[in-house]
Amino acid sequence: MAQTLVINGNHAAAYGAKLSKVQFISAYPITPQTVIVERLAQMVEIGELNAKFIRVESEHSALAACIGAASTGLRAFTATSSHGLAYMHEMVIWASGARLPIVMPVVTRAFAPPWSIWDEHTDILLERDTGWIVFMAENNQEVLDTIIQAYRIAENENVLLPVMIGMDAFILSHTTTPVEIPDQELVDNFLAQESKRSFILDPNNPITHGSLTYPEWYMEFRYLLYKAMTDAKSVIKDAANQWAKLTGKYHGDLIDCYKCTDADVNMITIGSPSGDAKEAADILRAEGYKTGVIRLRVIRPFPSEELRQAAHNSKVLIVVDRNLSPGIGGILLNEVKGVFQTMKKQPLVHGFIAGLGGRDITLQNFISMFKRGYEILEKDEEPGIEWINLRREVL
Amino acid sequence: MSIKIPLTPISRPAIGASGKTGSWRTAKPIINYDKCKDCLICWMYCPESSIARTEKDKVLIEYEYCKGCGICANVCPFKAIDMVEEE
Repeated sequence: MAQTLVINGNHAAAYGAKLSKVQFISAYPITPQTVIVERLAQMVEIGELNAKFIRVESEHSALAACIGAASTGLRAFTATSSHGLAYMHEMVIWASGARLPIVMPVVTRAFAPPWSIWDEHTDILLERDTGWIVFMAENNQEVLDTIIQAYRIAENENVLLPVMIGMDAFILSHTTTPVEIPDQELVDNFLAQESKRSFILDPNNPITHGSLTYPEWYMEFRYLLYKAMTDAKSVIKDAANQWAKLTGKYHGDLIDCYKCTDADVNMITIGSPSGDAKEAADILRAEGYKTGVIRLRVIRPFPSEELRQAAHNSKVLIVVDRNLSPGIGGILLNEVKGVFQTMKKQPLVHGFIAGLGGRDITLQNFISMFKRGYEILEKDEEPGIEWINLRREVL
Repeated sequence: MSIKIPLTPISRPAIGASGKTGSWRTAKPIINYDKCKDCLICWMYCPESSIARTEKDKVLIEYEYCKGCGICANVCPFKAIDMVEEE
């Protein structure tokens, strides 16, 4: 029988790895991710999980060790955050180029300086072009469910790509909520497909991997990576639907459409702020505004078609970016603009930079952002970028 | 073209065409087998893996890959390797 535990997001991630029966874990502690691997270390130590756990001296090594383990056919797992992710960036690229189905939660956190341990999505979004499938979870249940789904997606023979799952620092990682833990047998059946690999390192059948590839071959390898990312869309949808059938838990597939199909003003969000956005949409709906939320559950492959479909009735799209690309604005804003650029009837796309470095984005802020969308529409304003809760008086 | 490439570049170990010294080596090591005790220290130190072990653990220099750096001659405790100018 499935049981419900009141646990934080980090523990939910650890349970996700445990239920996926990962065989190899390597880790270096970084706030606020540490608790994920601490819990897994405990599980391995007391025999709850039969896996090899190795401590390494850096995040670069943590992922390098996972690459080595996954190359021998093991199901590998690590977790990181912020500067740790930046430090392992080189290995992030190697893992996807090697087509290794590694799964890694990323507890999204701001960069220094100034030093910050709080929430921001810039770290994970900087990895969007590395060839990893990138999820953003809204709540602790989704963290657990997505880690299990991630192995099914990553190990699919048409995909063979590593997966990272973003979860908001402290808002998910350290906040306890009820999380339903599915039966081991159910997860075993869900992940029962044969684990695929692009190659296996075997001393009895030696191969070299990743050696120099001349210009007449390199592009084909990149095309295969690109194609796998495109093919991953149907595999992600299938995993989400199968999981929903088995457990009743459905968090959306590539996108999570909340009252979005008939909305005049749709808000585009990722991660945990989406819950507040949905609540704001409900409040405004009760007041007669036709508002909705499109949460991007997957950042790569980017859900372009799904987004167009979901927002084709929208007059205004409000993109909330808890991240910053200095010199252009929000990362998502520009990705979303690109999706709608080729449509004949384009919605107005207006961006907000909000909640950097753990700054609160309140329910009232979401209501204001929705209302600003209506204002832009009524006054026929040019859409742009605004900063929410910026303390202009100290600048 | 009928070649199908793998998903990620993999290759199998083979005798390499690269690394061959061709005609540019200026000195070559010659083993004096009267002095050689087959201790294999030269094999361990050779930076180009150009010293082979025969089945009977005899030392053999593979001149195709040897750069003539002289490290083997330097590390040999029995002074069994002479560096001779390449003809």
